[in-house]
Amino acid sequence: MADNSRVIKLEGISFSYPGSNIKVLDHLNLEINKGDRIGMMAPNGSGKTTLLHTIMGLCRPDSGTIEVFGKLLKKEKDFIPVRSKIGLLFQDSDDQLFCPTVLDDVTFGPLNLGFSPQDAIDTARKTLERLGIQTFEQSVTHRLSGGQKRLVALASVLAMEPAVLLLDEPTAGLDNRVKEKLIHILNDLDISYFVISHEFDFAKAVTDKIYSMENGKILTDDEIHIHRHEHVHKHGKHPHIHK
Amino acid sequence: MIEEKFASGQSFIHQLDPKIRIIASIVLSFAVALCDNLYIAGGYFVIATVLITMAQLKWWDVIIRLKPLFWFLLMIWIILPLTFDGDIIYQYSWLKITGPGVLLCCKITIKSITILLLFTALIATMTIASLGNGLHRIHVPDKMVFLLLMSYRYISVIEEEYKRLLRAAKFRGFKPGTNLHSYKTFAYLAGMLFVRASVRAQRVYQAMLCRGFNQKFHTLDVYPSNRLNLHFLIGIFLASLSLVVVEVMWV
Repeated sequence: MADNSRVIKLEGISFSYPGSNIKVLDHLNLEINKGDRIGMMAPNGSGKTTLLHTIMGLCRPDSGTIEVFGKLLKKEKDFIPVRSKIGLLFQDSDDQLFCPTVLDDVTFGPLNLGFSPQDAIDTARKTLERLGIQTFEQSVTHRLSGGQKRLVALASVLAMEPAVLLLDEPTAGLDNRVKEKLIHILNDLDISYFVISHEFDFAKAVTDKIYSMENGKILTDDEIHIHRHEHVHKHGKHPHIHK
Repeated sequence: MIEEKFASGQSFIHQLDPKIRIIASIVLSFAVALCDNLYIAGGYFVIATVLITMAQLKWWDVIIRLKPLFWFLLMIWIILPLTFDGDIIYQYSWLKITGPGVLLCCKITIKSITILLLFTALIATMTIASLGNGLHRIHVPDKMVFLLLMSYRYISVIEEEYKRLLRAAKFRGFKPGTNLHSYKTFAYLAGMLFVRASVRAQRVYQAMLCRGFNQKFHTLDVYPSNRLNLHFLIGIFLASLSLVVVEVMWV
């Protein structure tokens, strides 16, 4: 595989929280290439969020190397230019939307990238329109519903035109209508993404391969195969246990 | 939840640049606070009522806004006339009401109501976002401006978290009372709220870093300057200046 198609490469990453002996990430390897649409399904507390934060340089690993766009990232300074190229959607949209109005929030990223106010507004409007939420532009962020907040948070990430998107449980707490919309939006994107989800149907609809995590390591397609059975049996509606 | 009841409107005041309104309210409120004559203060009161009328606010809503102030003033009216030294104008056994005390009460009443009316007319008629924008453009430090904006943004989130914690306590049979258990529970709630707020602050900061935050704040400046703003500011300056001159020269 050509080197320029590799977006993110983690090698031998280990991480444990200060004061704890448990290794949340244990010699973990991960590669995300251009055009990859990877899903991640794993139990709570298996280190999925920590993994995303490690890629963004928000958690510093105890050992291992992080390579983004072929560049080795070590210090805080190395991560700064990379962060604008990787979009991270947080689990809780309230953490991500901190400006008074939607437009302020969506322009925050572009303004930090050095856009002029007018260019930032144009980019923000285009992004909002793409997600079909242009009517919220002047809305006050904290009065939006959960689903609206999630879409605005996604817009605020996409407005920076990232090369790869990391989504941390994007469907948590959303109803089916917003989920459908998210599926539609993600399938329309032409950038690679890595999505953590607990919902099989959602993960299946938006990704090409699904990984899992166990003991701080990533299990790829070859090692696991998450799937669902539909079956008929004679217990009827009585409770029963599967073996 | 903070309501911005007066912020949406189409009046002349609403269309003024936030920066101009902030400067005007600062100038006027300083002039009011420093004036020492009851009649001059009355003059400022007239200006404030004119501004409220110009902003097309409903008087009843404005009076409801002033309610907390009325409680404060009531306390002053009870205490000051009885305790201030000076000529006695009314005496009932050991209770003495003094002339200067009543005069001081009148001054405090009219000045405080005037300042609040000014702020209602000029500042409450803009959204917090515009206020932040205006403060930024009169060169208030960015950190202060963002402190204001973030407090506004997260106060409802913190309230929500407080309600959630209190609900959880109530569902488990907690009844507030005057006993050690209640105090302890409220202390736990407050402590938990602080912990959650600081954890959230950390996450918000991480989210900001992820979007390229580099310790510098940018705002969307979209208020064009027009002549109306300048005329309004000159009008306010002249009005307060003339009242100050009158007070210094003739009173």
